[in-house]
Amino acid sequence: MRFRFTTLTTAALLLLTASLSFAAGTIKIGGLFSVTGPPAFLGEPERNTAKMVVDSINKAGGIKGQKLELVVYDTAGDATKAVQMATKLIKDDKVIAIIGPSTTGESMAVIPVAEREKVPLISCAAGSKITDPVKRYVFKTAQNDGLAVAKIYEYLQKHKQNKVAILTVSDGFGASGREQLKSLAGKFGMQVVVDDTYGPKDTDMTSQLTKIRGSQAQVLIVWGTNPGPAVIAKNAKQLGLKLPLYMSHGVSSKKFIALAGDAAEGVKLPSGKVIVSDVLPKNDPQKGSLLAYVKDYQKHFKAEGDHFGGHAWDGVMLVKAAIEKGGATTEGIRAGLEGLKDFHGIGGTFNFSAGDHAGLNKDAFVMVEIKNKDWVIAK
Amino acid sequence: MKKELIKYAVFALCILLAPLVFSGNYLMNVLVFVGIHTMLAVALNLLLGYAGQISLGHAAFFGLGAYGSGILSTTYNWNPWLAMTVVALVVGGLAFAIGFPILKLKGHYLAMATLGMGIIVYIVFNEWVAITGGPSGFSGIPNLELGPLVFDSDLKNYYLVWSFVLGCVLLSVNLANSRIGRAFRAIHDAEVAARVMGVNARLLKVQVFALSAMICAIAGSLYAHVMTFVAPPSFGFNISVELLTMVVIGGLGSIYGSFLGALLLTLLPEFLRFMHDYDIVFYGGLLMVMTIFMPGGLVRGIPDLFRKITGLKNKKGGAHA
Repeated sequence: MRFRFTTLTTAALLLLTASLSFAAGTIKIGGLFSVTGPPAFLGEPERNTAKMVVDSINKAGGIKGQKLELVVYDTAGDATKAVQMATKLIKDDKVIAIIGPSTTGESMAVIPVAEREKVPLISCAAGSKITDPVKRYVFKTAQNDGLAVAKIYEYLQKHKQNKVAILTVSDGFGASGREQLKSLAGKFGMQVVVDDTYGPKDTDMTSQLTKIRGSQAQVLIVWGTNPGPAVIAKNAKQLGLKLPLYMSHGVSSKKFIALAGDAAEGVKLPSGKVIVSDVLPKNDPQKGSLLAYVKDYQKHFKAEGDHFGGHAWDGVMLVKAAIEKGGATTEGIRAGLEGLKDFHGIGGTFNFSAGDHAGLNKDAFVMVEIKNKDWVIAK
Repeated sequence: MKKELIKYAVFALCILLAPLVFSGNYLMNVLVFVGIHTMLAVALNLLLGYAGQISLGHAAFFGLGAYGSGILSTTYNWNPWLAMTVVALVVGGLAFAIGFPILKLKGHYLAMATLGMGIIVYIVFNEWVAITGGPSGFSGIPNLELGPLVFDSDLKNYYLVWSFVLGCVLLSVNLANSRIGRAFRAIHDAEVAARVMGVNARLLKVQVFALSAMICAIAGSLYAHVMTFVAPPSFGFNISVELLTMVVIGGLGSIYGSFLGALLLTLLPEFLRFMHDYDIVFYGGLLMVMTIFMPGGLVRGIPDLFRKITGLKNKKGGAHA
């Protein structure tokens, strides 16, 4: 038994050294995704997508003839681990850019490391404070929460509704949404009449909904990721709540429809364009990238590509574009990213500048409605 | 006593020289966290291994230290060293106050009470958004400074954290070998007997609880200034359990055992990474095997194992000859 273990380790070591010596002359980039842990629903599609995109870039001849190599570590949604893994990527693997982490908390923890070591970080998390204020080496691909809020409020404004009840989950995603929902309300003439929260693991939200039913609210906006919002949709149906239900982009995957069943009918939400890529107008500049991504993901993983994976797609492709523009060095990528204009990705059309490292505007979102267990663009 | 001194000197020397081997490597960064975990494990060991009182809520004191230091030095611009001292004293005081009612409980009930305390503190970190930044965390905490020296690299942080660890180990070893340490062990073995012998068990238990909490708070402050970012999941229930595992795996009632436990539990996942998705399974399995075959923890299990192996070799050698 001991003999076999030694052979195994030797083999592993040999493989490792082999791959290391092979790696000379390739461009190394890192990925930090929470493939396990509570945010696994983000990390898994992100890792899958990043690997898939790197493979397809290499098959097409790499970047300027150089192969791309992706080193991925799992952060398990833990800030301490994310910092350790970021240090490992920079110090041991010597990557020249990092894609990820998946959540806002982990990104905030990793930012000081990236800034100190001067390695570009392209976060896949949504929190607007990642790039506000602007940090020299930090960029992000996920749409700011504020953009999704603006999209909903604009839609409500158009439909002459201004009294909203908000129900947000008490985690990073919900807290950021709640902050934006409250701070942007004035700008759009909205009035938040009920402001309530629920826990990420709660299994019944009837009490919050009862409170909302007795209020002046004209619509209910729920901010959370699966499974909470599905529970709320079901509870609302059981209670016979007549308020129109709005959700965040946190549930824009088929999983939500599967979880909520009939209760999902009629729910409206702002979403990245991935899920409605086939019904987008032909002249939409993102349509090409979107259709290609959805097709590829379906082929490789037999599952529907969602906009979470899209963040990683954008990350890798942005790095590629930046290397083509600025060269394969950390400074080259940083400068290349900052000067990148009209990049039609999955999350939207990116326009970075020295004052904007998030690069998207509210056109990155479309309002969609769930009808017959599928997405349609809301009128 | 002389033996203890030699042990400590060897330990300190190893710690001092480790950067010669690992410098510039990312393991340097991991070793910083090993140091913080060692402090926590030693603190918990004083309570659990020596005085025999369980706590499933020690991550709360760790978190209070981290958030306290972070908030005072960032939002209120306090000097970080002052903040660290004040927070350690406040957390110690708090533990002293809640220690009186909580430590009247025994066994499962004490476990439940400390568990509840841990969860309450976690909820406060998570929900008090205005002060703690809520679930998305609290960022922008400054690094510690000592005159012109700013602790902003892994190497500097390594020496910062480990000098605290060495201090804490020295204190604990001394305490464990003192009259008070013997009183702790008496309480551990038979509280009633200890009281009959004139040990003020109630006060001693509360005092060691407060001391343990204070060490955790200092470790938390260090964590906050090293990471420059804190978020609630780093101080949740699973961290309390992880600490307990470190203490048990390392060896109850052994200060150096706590170091071994912290080292193993922090480093092992790094070395198992090549197994990809199976590392968690292997990790869990290994912990089970160790608790079954090394019930005294690493600190007693490793010498036993060593003796067994060398003993085996001797026998073999005898057969050949």
